[in-house]
Amino acid sequence: MVAILLGFLRGKSLRDEYVNLISSLGVFVVSLVLLIADGSSQKVYLSGYVLVSPLGNWVTFCVGIVYLLASIYSVGYMKLLNVSPRQLSKFYSLMEGFAVSMLVAAFMNNPGLYWIVIDVTTIISAFLVGFERGPESIEASWKYLIIVSSGLSLALLGIVLFYWGGTFHLGQVYSMSWETLHSVAAQVPTPLLLTSFFLVLVGFGTKAGLAPMHTWLPDAHSEGPAPVSAMLSGALLNTAILGIVRFLAILKGTKSSGPAHLAVIILGVFSLFVAATFIVRQQGIKRLMAYSSIEHIGIIAIGFGFGGALGVAGAMYNMLNHSLNKSLMFFGSGNAMRNYRSKEIDKIRRVLTYFPVTGSLWLLGAIAITGAPPFGLFQGEVSILRAGMQSKNVWAVWVVAILLIVIFIGFLNHFRAMYFGLDVEPGNAPTITMNTWLSLPMWLSLLAIVVLGLWWPSGLVHFFINAGKSL
Amino acid sequence: MLIAHLSSLATSIFSFLITIALVLSFVMIGSHWLRNHILAFAAESWVIAILSASVAYYGHYKELYLIAILTALFRGSLLPYLLLRLAKRLDIKREFTPIFRPASGMVIGSVLVVFAFVISRSLGGTLGLANNIALTALTAMFGLKLIGFLLMILRSEAISHILGLLVIENGIFLGSQILVPGLPLLLELVILFDLLIIVMTFGILVRYLKLDVGTTSSRDLQKLVG
Repeated sequence: MVAILLGFLRGKSLRDEYVNLISSLGVFVVSLVLLIADGSSQKVYLSGYVLVSPLGNWVTFCVGIVYLLASIYSVGYMKLLNVSPRQLSKFYSLMEGFAVSMLVAAFMNNPGLYWIVIDVTTIISAFLVGFERGPESIEASWKYLIIVSSGLSLALLGIVLFYWGGTFHLGQVYSMSWETLHSVAAQVPTPLLLTSFFLVLVGFGTKAGLAPMHTWLPDAHSEGPAPVSAMLSGALLNTAILGIVRFLAILKGTKSSGPAHLAVIILGVFSLFVAATFIVRQQGIKRLMAYSSIEHIGIIAIGFGFGGALGVAGAMYNMLNHSLNKSLMFFGSGNAMRNYRSKEIDKIRRVLTYFPVTGSLWLLGAIAITGAPPFGLFQGEVSILRAGMQSKNVWAVWVVAILLIVIFIGFLNHFRAMYFGLDVEPGNAPTITMNTWLSLPMWLSLLAIVVLGLWWPSGLVHFFINAGKSL
Repeated sequence: MLIAHLSSLATSIFSFLITIALVLSFVMIGSHWLRNHILAFAAESWVIAILSASVAYYGHYKELYLIAILTALFRGSLLPYLLLRLAKRLDIKREFTPIFRPASGMVIGSVLVVFAFVISRSLGGTLGLANNIALTALTAMFGLKLIGFLLMILRSEAISHILGLLVIENGIFLGSQILVPGLPLLLELVILFDLLIIVMTFGILVRYLKLDVGTTSSRDLQKLVG
């Protein structure tokens, strides 16, 4: 399957952006087919290296959607950036490589190989973040690479310790996979198991942007070109959280399971707290979106931490909705940034007057991303909170509820100022350059989150229940 | 299982090599000169290569000979060479560490190693490995990890950050030779290769830093906050 995806990636006759577009469309279709045809079973291919599982398929689907939307948007956006054809071709190659690395990560059956592929995503995306070669973007990309690499080194240590735990029962040499590690986990002493898990949690938590290891995220997400920000936020974070979830699944049924879930919840709640404090006083528009990503990855982590059918379903539903919604938000920010020639919220004023259509889309997206009904994220958040009420950690539900309200007010207050505040200063009026490539992905994602908010397909419910069984 | 039945000679050789690796990381904390850091790192990698070879000999893991050769080639020779070249190009000879003097840095380093030992002992205790070589390996693993982070915190030059990261990776590699010598070969090979790519990526980015930002010190990278 991955081979099919790779096949799409290079063609000489077309221009780069269309090659990328076609490959992303191909990836999207394949991931959709995979989800429908092979949705709920767990299979191993290629002598145990490739694992096709519901959770992996779901992450692939999210990556596919964001990649498609980002590719459509890039066609329009990269025109605004005035880059040379050579640079453009480099950009699309990196985009394709980034997408492929994320898709491969979702299929890895060996935790070590998963770690390596995640490392590769870091390397490729670091170049994408620094693509514009300004002082800020290079600084962001450097910080991203250093922080995430050192975080991931902790995860590697955790994986080695997991494997070591297994050697006491399976002998010195055995093939490492999620399955074997799970089968042996019950016999490993709790302190070793928990140490390994915490190392892995901190490591992949760094990559997923859970606070307090989130510090690279606002920089990287705000300095890359808008389609890259969407890919980082909508696709990469899900790919990283997949690792944490798979390790949680390894601990299932052991004594360490409770403390491990609690640790995930605590990191999630802390992420929400950090996001809330930074959202309220934020000045940069893309940094605002980045902190909102920290918020949502926190909520997803909490959902998996609560566990149970409802928690897992809510978390997975939010993965998809966040991917769609955050892409919409980053596309809107990209448009605003280019048209108002500034990243600062203060400079972006009276959006509806200048951009009645895309402005409305962006505003609706903002309402959706704060978790208001009737959009998809509301559904997901409600089921996560319901899962929390049934779990042992009811305290977290109250803290989350309060923080979500703070974020709702803080986030929308910025949008109030941008839409209904004072008029722009004379001379700072936006230059209006819009085209269909820039607005089409916004329409598509808004449509999807409205549909997902009003209608939770019954097939999906079964799918989530199935996926939740292994967690 | 390797660690369960080793001759006392093998145990002493392993402990000796691990200790040298730890001491070399203290050389890195103690010196201001970048060249010394890189050479200490190279020496540490060679020590690890020798360790791999001796684990291969005493534990009868033939694949580890290959790993030993590759470690010596990649970590011991190629990476230090790339780093030396990078330092030369950027014309950085010294690292000034305004937070602590080298002596204080070394004291902190030793506290960290003691801390690593305490953790390893309590972990080893639960596993029934109280007087085992595994304890030394775990200590070195955690200790080098903490020292790597310490190096990254104390220093501000981009190259020093890369070196800190490499020390961390060295620690993991060193520990895993003894704890899990049977770790699938493929994985070890890919990790070695991955490391090379990372260092090259770092090299490119450092040069971008110099070109586009005009500095390679993290103390001057203060544009993005909040």
